[in-house]
Amino acid sequence: MKASDTVPGPRAEDQLPHSTQAAAKIVIVGGFGVGKTTMVGSVSEIKPLTTEETMTQAGIGVDDNFGSASKTATTVAMDFGRIRISDEVVLYLFGTPGQERFWFLWNGLFEGALGAVVLVDTRRLEVSFEVMGRLEERGVPFVVAVNTFPDAPRYAIEDLRQALDLTPEIPIIECDARRRASSRDVLMTLMRFLQALMAANGTLT
Amino acid sequence: MTPPQRHRRRPASDPPSTPVPSPRHTPGGTGQDEEPKKPERLYTITGPDGDRAQLDLVTLIVARADPPASAPPEEAAVLRLCASPLSVAELSAYLRLPFSAMTVLLTDMLAAGTVHARAPIVRQQLPDRSLLEAVMHGLERL
Ligand SMILES: Nc1nc2c(ncn2[C@@H]2O[C@H](COP(=O)(O)OP(=O)(O)O)[C@@H](O)[C@H]2O)c(=O)[nH]1
Ligand SMILES: [Mg+2]
Repeated sequence: MKASDTVPGPRAEDQLPHSTQAAAKIVIVGGFGVGKTTMVGSVSEIKPLTTEETMTQAGIGVDDNFGSASKTATTVAMDFGRIRISDEVVLYLFGTPGQERFWFLWNGLFEGALGAVVLVDTRRLEVSFEVMGRLEERGVPFVVAVNTFPDAPRYAIEDLRQALDLTPEIPIIECDARRRASSRDVLMTLMRFLQALMAANGTLT
Repeated sequence: MTPPQRHRRRPASDPPSTPVPSPRHTPGGTGQDEEPKKPERLYTITGPDGDRAQLDLVTLIVARADPPASAPPEEAAVLRLCASPLSVAELSAYLRLPFSAMTVLLTDMLAAGTVHARAPIVRQQLPDRSLLEAVMHGLERL
């Protein structure tokens, strides 16, 4: 921690207006290297930031009589970006760390999120399986975005739907996470999906 | 080429209660009184003990006063940065404090009344579709 006057803050043009009443969040999930950080960076209006959490891993099956001897500290980082929606509302996008077991570290990261974008890479579809299962268990609505890496196999959307065992209403779209317009389209698809869910159920729980 | 096959999961019938681990350590404890069922339970957040306000990553913090000359450097920094609303996540990033440490500091400041918190918009409490429509309009302008 540095002296207070040396702590940098947002640039003047990045400051939120006083009228900003509340923030909402969306999470971008998927296995390691699928493009989460890239997507956060391409749509964010601010330079992406990083929040960290440090935790202690208790030794497993290790004699713990000497306390810290069997504990290791791990730091987990999560990058995020921000989009101003209106004078009252701001939207945050969190690119979650790949290891699902760390998600609990951040209060309400998934509980309160409006929804999630699951990024998949068709060369390694399975690295995003676990995160999808976790979202299903927690009842977090999600859309699937297929990041188009050049040497990746191309599957028909319906083959992907079958492989990912997704119900027909869950949107699956191709994207290029490096392009703002493409990442924005993914977020739009998520919002339309949430609208449809709300129209059908009256709620998003 | 056939893609690998996934199997969808059902919502947990007993939805995980807000998965906030107790930040309390049990010094000298065996750690065996609560058998971990999930790998999460093997981890505890490193940091000060004590009750923490339920601060979300995107709870917005706003300063209520100028920093008093006597304020410790972290508090002075929060008050300066929160002259306009700023999320807990951003504060944690700018101050380079772990999220949990940030919430401890903010809990004290909320109790002392030097900052306000503006609660986040959460999925479970969306009154209608107007927020979703506002987000779509905002994204269109991007
Ligand atoms: N061709 C292509 N490369 C991408 C795309 N998205 C990400 N990448 C690259 O894939 C690598 C991993 O992306 P990153 O965002 O760090 O993945 P993360 O681990 O999920 O955060 C980086 O080198 C990116 O430049 C994409 O849509 N197309
Ligand atoms: Mg990343």
